[in-house]
Amino acid sequence: MSDTTAQQRANTLTPVLTARNVVRRFGGLVAVNNVSFEVRSGEILGLIGPNGAGKTTMFDLLAGSILPTSGDILLNGTLVSGEAAHRRIGRGLGRTFQIPRPLPNLTLIENVMLAEQGQAGERLLANFLTPRRVAAEERAAETKAIELLELVTLARLAREPARVLSGGQRKLLELARVMMADPAIILLDEPAAGVNATLLEVIIDRIRDINARGITFLLIEHNIDMVTRLCHRVLVMASGQLLCEGTPDEVARDPRVIEAYLGGAA
Amino acid sequence: MDLLGYGAFFLTTALIFSLVTLGLNLQWGLTGLFNVGLAGFVAIGAYTSALLTTPDDAARLGGFGLPILVGWLGAMLVGGIAAAITGIATLRLRSDYLAITTFGVAVVVQLVALNAQKLTGGPFGIGFIPRPFGGLAETPLLFNLSNLAVVSVVTLIVYLALEHLSRSPWGRVLKALREDERAAISLGKSARFYRVQAFAVGGAIMALAGALQAHFTGFIAPDNYLPALTFQVWVMLIVGGSGSNIGAVIGSILVWAIWAGSGALTSVLFSPEQQARAASLQIVAIGVMLCVILLVRPNGLFGDRPWRPRFGKRVRVATGESGTAS
Repeated sequence: MSDTTAQQRANTLTPVLTARNVVRRFGGLVAVNNVSFEVRSGEILGLIGPNGAGKTTMFDLLAGSILPTSGDILLNGTLVSGEAAHRRIGRGLGRTFQIPRPLPNLTLIENVMLAEQGQAGERLLANFLTPRRVAAEERAAETKAIELLELVTLARLAREPARVLSGGQRKLLELARVMMADPAIILLDEPAAGVNATLLEVIIDRIRDINARGITFLLIEHNIDMVTRLCHRVLVMASGQLLCEGTPDEVARDPRVIEAYLGGAA
Repeated sequence: MDLLGYGAFFLTTALIFSLVTLGLNLQWGLTGLFNVGLAGFVAIGAYTSALLTTPDDAARLGGFGLPILVGWLGAMLVGGIAAAITGIATLRLRSDYLAITTFGVAVVVQLVALNAQKLTGGPFGIGFIPRPFGGLAETPLLFNLSNLAVVSVVTLIVYLALEHLSRSPWGRVLKALREDERAAISLGKSARFYRVQAFAVGGAIMALAGALQAHFTGFIAPDNYLPALTFQVWVMLIVGGSGSNIGAVIGSILVWAIWAGSGALTSVLFSPEQQARAASLQIVAIGVMLCVILLVRPNGLFGDRPWRPRFGKRVRVATGESGTAS
């Protein structure tokens, strides 16, 4: 694989997303304990760890769904720790969910078009004052959305409501939807969970394609095969702390990781 | 000729109801905001317009004798602001909690109307509200038809505007919030901002309906805005089909027809001393209709949104899809 060159490239570039001494407490539980790392531009970074390690909490912190108890989160060098979740995508950070959240009664194309940023038509009065601009933007968004649905092999279902999709197809729809916002970095929460082998290959291929366009990924995944094949680097979390980081091979050989998965830490 | 006049009168009332239902459809059908206090916003519109347009009255504040159109615009403005305040105050509330709060707002509005005599005339209400085409009152048929024309035009404008909005990117954001708020937020939509907007626009439309009704009958009193009004409008929306603007209009006409029809029927069938009791049969008739609709067409006549949980459908789709999932 050409991962080494990609990794070398990634190493030289500036971080897209930085977590600095991030702590999050839920009552007495410290779900994320003093975690620091960088996601470098253009890389696919894996985040693994046993159940309850704090991975999804870390994601929610990065995406702004919850706020850190202390510590900083920087997006392209800008401090965003206290900013509302809905502003992050405008700064280039998109996310998907562990359990996909399609909008079940909207069509696939509507699901994807919703993610377009800065549409005039999302302002109430613009629909009456500048209808032509709104219509032109809608046409452009529709074309773009169809292309993205083609990318994730769902174009033939474009006019169907999202509730007809299977679990794996919902993950693909979320990928197309988040791409619509032209993010610089995408956080993927368990893209392989509950997906059959054939569709999993499609998802892996698409993540590679999208990464080749220069989009950075941070992904939580339990499927070690997928992590090894996709990720340039891997972070390992256990009990809320960052255990180690390195290439997939290094991490797989690390005794602390084996201890965390097979020992009593989980 | 009498029948035509009654038909016009009936349709005018039904269309005013359909305006309220259209406002509720924006809030609930599109955005998923559970407003069970809509009678309050209708009342705010009616009283605002009445205060602005009635001739000066020594017994209470105003009236200001302004043109009817100013009254209607003022009603929309005040109704919209009242709804926006309610929306901001209830930002963190969803479904059942929002329902309780909006119900409280409606009760407060009704109690203010009943007790703030200096402002609202108290239990005696406000009379002498100027009526459009009041000069035609001598010939009831012409009067009813011209009122119907005005109300039809207003309803048509509101309907077209709402149709345009519900197909717009703005409407798409509202539907997204209805379906999954977290997903919409992750895609950059401010749930708070859009919820307040939907609540305010819906409230303004309800207030406009209240104002039209006030000017159509020429007299308003606190009794017009009891929770029963809220109940009626909800039934209209459910029957017509939540999420559909045309459903809101047709549902309102249909439910009002049953309401008025069963009222007429009881007055024929029962002796005068039994009339007061027989009137409850109207509510029974509406209840039966609601049950029938929910059994036969759970989404309402034109609904785009499953009203009941969709477990049955989901299971069927999932098994049907398993073969084609790859």
